[in-house]
Order: sequence, then structure tokens, then C-alpha cells
Amino acid sequence: MWRAERSPGRTERRAEERAEGRYGRLDGAVPAGARAVSPFRQLSLFRSEIGTVFRRWRTLVLLGVLAAVPVLVGVAVKVETGDGGTVGGGGGGPAFLSQVTNNGLFLVFTSLAATLPFFLPMAVGVVAGDSLAGEAASGTLRYLLVAPAGRTRLLLAKLTSTLVFCLAATMVVALSALATGALLFPLGDVTLLSGTTVSFGEGLLRALAVAGAVALSLVGIAALGLFVSTLTNSGIAAMATTVGLLITAQIVDQFPQLAAVQPYLFPHHWLSFADVLRQPVYWDQLLDNFRLQALYAAVFGSAAWARFTTKDVTA
Amino acid sequence: MEEPAAAPAPAAHVPRDGAALETRGLTKRYRGGQLAVDRLDLRVPRGSVFGFLGPNGSGKTTTIRMAMGLIEPTSGTVEVLGAPMPRSARRVLPRVGALIEGPALYGFLSGRDNLTRFDAADPTADPRTRAARVGAALDRVGLVAAAGKKARAYSLGMKQRLGLAAALLQPRELLVLDEPTNGLDPQGMREIRTLVRELAADGTTVFLSSHLLDEIEQVCTHAAVMAQGRLLTQGTVAELAGLAASARGRLAVTTPDTADAVRVLKEQGVTDLVAAFDRVTGELPDRDAPDLADLNAALVGAGVRVRAFGRERASLEDAFVALTGEGFDVAG
Repeated sequence: MWRAERSPGRTERRAEERAEGRYGRLDGAVPAGARAVSPFRQLSLFRSEIGTVFRRWRTLVLLGVLAAVPVLVGVAVKVETGDGGTVGGGGGGPAFLSQVTNNGLFLVFTSLAATLPFFLPMAVGVVAGDSLAGEAASGTLRYLLVAPAGRTRLLLAKLTSTLVFCLAATMVVALSALATGALLFPLGDVTLLSGTTVSFGEGLLRALAVAGAVALSLVGIAALGLFVSTLTNSGIAAMATTVGLLITAQIVDQFPQLAAVQPYLFPHHWLSFADVLRQPVYWDQLLDNFRLQALYAAVFGSAAWARFTTKDVTA
Repeated sequence: MEEPAAAPAPAAHVPRDGAALETRGLTKRYRGGQLAVDRLDLRVPRGSVFGFLGPNGSGKTTTIRMAMGLIEPTSGTVEVLGAPMPRSARRVLPRVGALIEGPALYGFLSGRDNLTRFDAADPTADPRTRAARVGAALDRVGLVAAAGKKARAYSLGMKQRLGLAAALLQPRELLVLDEPTNGLDPQGMREIRTLVRELAADGTTVFLSSHLLDEIEQVCTHAAVMAQGRLLTQGTVAELAGLAASARGRLAVTTPDTADAVRVLKEQGVTDLVAAFDRVTGELPDRDAPDLADLNAALVGAGVRVRAFGRERASLEDAFVALTGEGFDVAG
């Protein structure tokens, strides 16, 4: 008799029936069958995750710093050219800087060019590095896992929130630059790098496309940071490692002697976003960049998954 | 499986068969080679309030983490509510509430938002009832007034309550509470005990790890004792207390006249007399033990003023010390 009851399927089913009957009677607020998993309920974690990222002071400070960069650049250009002179004698400085005085829209391109090498990826590195390691450090990871968030689902939620942050950070720079540019400088038709002039409306669309290309450029470091985040129980260590990897990659990318490895470094094709400003759009470098970012996402995303789904959570 | 659960089941609808948590040969060796849990065979009957005892570092928390699917066992199996872990985690854990190694909260979120976040992580939780369930859980642990405060401003006791509230967001079949009264004031400890009794009366199995022996003795029906990764014993609390070296208990007399009391009791055949402050304890003889009433009469007759008189019940603490040794040292 008890042998039959040992069969897990049957015991399980009976236990569940009993449980539902019991709670159904005792607690009217929870109707029978309310505990089913539905796609809608699965999404709660993603919304909660994104909300949590943007409610952290740290995130808001990072976005604030990013928003301040275009304002600083715009004010500096305005002050320097106030007496009718040109910026930096037409030479150095970030790309497009010399055109800013003629058209405020170029401040968007200048600001993205100025923040992409370091500010933007550093902010992404902080958020990605802290994503799982920070939860482990504060102990909340174990409560999310016993909730049960599910390790794969939690990892996907973390990846999603980091990618949303990449987009948000880029848009903050772009919008702050657009607002500053519109306030300080004239707006008008846009002369592209290829010499063609397009309307301001199309210039805005191109600016949006540039922001999109910049946001996609950050996917690689987001995946890398997420993987680093699965390796340690210290949020600070994961952030520092990710930002350290960024600096290393940027330095290695400067040495001509290391040309062999450079095409595989995630920042290598970053400045390709300028090719959006040609007529017709120059796709080669842009696609190289997107492919490289996708490769990083695939490799480090898989590594993060392999690590996180098998790791002992002792924190 | 065939043995009937010895739990004094609090309510009729509690299933008397099956285990809420069962381990077979459960072993965990950490990467450093340290053996944290060694071939553990633990069985928590459904409907019981199960006390899990052991000195610090004895492997209690590692066992709990393996049961909750946070740590992969090196060998052996662990089943929770009849399903193997960690494989069935997504199916089983929505029916389990857990407080593991103290509460962990998002300091920058309010108490209410913390609960909302943990509830959102449960894929079986209904978003439509979320606010109501969060409110009910806050109410149950007495945190409604502080629900809007940022969790970083909470005291340890309030954090502990919020952690408990997170475990009570849903009706649970099993509650795993690791040191639930840690950091609470005596009033809070009482409330927790009352809460555990209420939950048990509703049919929830409660698995309670603690080093507070009287706490276990007050609320638990069953208990297990671990030391150095091994299970020393498990059974009902009464059985365990019965294991104490002197199962019958010592005679204890509270009196201001200890010297006289010792003399009189010695004459009556009581051995191993110990006088401390205003208390005299002694071992009653195994054979021809005098009637306790006669002993008392003899004391009073000899002019000894007796404040209290009786036989001490063998406590869980006696059993615990008998099993783990006097030294309550942290295992290396």
C-alpha cells in the first residue's frame, strides 16, 4: 500500500490537491488555481528589476553626470566662440566640435563622441558589474532565488535591465545635448560628412540613429560586466573589474603593435557611429561593430548563464 | 514512509503521511575540502514544528541552503514537499516561505516596496492581489506603521520582521525559519512564537533552526540535533528530552536554609547534593525512593523554610549537552 504512495507523481498530486483545498477554504483572497505560472506574471520580475535599477541613487547620479557632459561642452564652446572665434583653431577636440556653433544638433554627435570612449561604458560597467554581485553582497540574491525567481529568468531580467540602462544612458546624453544645443546655438539644415545637406527633420532622425548605434555599441561591455558579476560576491569588485577591463581594452586598442587582436576588442569599432552621417550610409564598419557586440553578448551571456546556473549561492 | 508521523497534529486536515522535507545521505563538501554536511538523513514530518539544533558551524545553514536549491549537494538527495531539489525548485519553492541566515533587504526601498519586489520574483504570484497580500503580510508582523520607511532605517528587529513578512506573502505549506528571533526583543520573540503556533495550527509545517533551546522546547513538536555536519539524533521533543542523562530529573528545593536542607535530605537518602545560593538539588535514590511528600514534611519538620519543592524536568538543554558535549565551541 505505502509503496504506491511513494510514487512521486501521485504523492505530489495528492499533496497539491490537499493544499489547494486547504488554502481555498481558509483564505478567500487566493482562489483555487491562482498559483499558476502565466507569461504575464513572469514579466513582473522584469518590470520590478528595471524599476529597481532606476530607483537607485547611484543610477540617478550616473545619469546626472552623463547629462552634465553635453551642458559643459556646449557652454565651453559658447564661451570660447562668444567673440566670433572658432573652436580650437579648427583642429583638435572631439569629432564635429567645429560644427556645433553653426548647428546645435551637432552637439548631439559631439557629446556622444565625447562620452562613448569612457563615460558611457563606465556607467554601464558599474550597473552591469553590480547587477548580480551587488544582490549577492546584500544577501537579497538568496531571497530572489527562493522566491523563486529562477536562475535563468533572473539572469535574463538582469541582462534586460542593463540593456535598458545602456539605452537610457545614451538617450540622456543625446537629449541633454539636443536641449543644450537648441538653447545655445542656431538649428537648421544639416551638412553630412559626405557633403550632402539634409533637412533638420532628417538630421534629427540621423541623430536618433546615431544614439541607437551608440547604445548597441554598449551591449558588449554590458554582457562582459554581467559575466564578471556572476564570478564574485562583491559588487565593488565586479564594478572595478569591469571598468578595469574597459580601460585595458581601450589602451590595447591604441598600440599599432597589437593590431592582430584589436578587431576583437569590444571598443574597436565604437566610433563607427559617425558613418550614419554619410549619404549613403556607410554600413561596413557599423555592421562590423554590431557583429562584434553580438559576439560578445553571445559568448559572455552564455558564460554568465553557465556560471550562474551552477553556482553555489553562499552569500 | 510507512511509519505514522508522530506529530501531535494541530488540525484534522493536516496530512499525516509524507515528509515536508527529507534528506537521504545528504553530503556537502566545499571546494576547500571542508566537509560541511556529512551523510545527513533528516526527516521533517508534515504538520510538525521541527526544531533544528546545533552549535554554530555545525552545518545547519548549509543543509537549509541545499534544501532551498541554493547549493548543489556533493552527494545524496534532498526532497522538499515530495519533490527533489534543486531540480524542482520552480515548482516547489512558491509553496515554501524561507528566512535564511537573517533578513536581506534593499536599503533604498521602503519596507512595502521590498516585499513587492520579492513578490514580483515569484512567477506564480498574482500581480492583481500583490498590494493586498503585501499589506496583509506587513500587518501580520506588525510593520504597517513603518511600511513606508526606507529599509535602511530599520532596526535589526524590524528587518527580521520584514524578512518574516516576505516568507508569509503567500499561504505556505512549509516555512523554513533560520534563527527567526535573532535580534528581537523579548516581546518580539514572544510574537514570533505565537505566530509560529498560529501557522502550525493552520497546517503549515515549520522548520525552525535555532540555538535557543528553550525556544525550541516551547514551540516545537520535533527536533533534530546536528554537530560537525552530522545528525546526532532526531525525534519528538519529548523523546529527545528523555535522552538526557538523568531522565527522571533531579530533586530541587528552594530555601533560605540551604545548610539545614542538605543535612535533612542526606538523612533521607538523597545523594549528590549541591547547594547553590538559595537552591539545593540532589539525586533521588533509584530504589526505595522516599515519597516526595514525606521528604517535604521532613524538611518542614526540621525547621527548614521551603519556598519551592519538586522534581526538575529533564530539559532539552540537558539532552543537547549530553549529545554535543559541554563545550559550545564553534566547530573548526
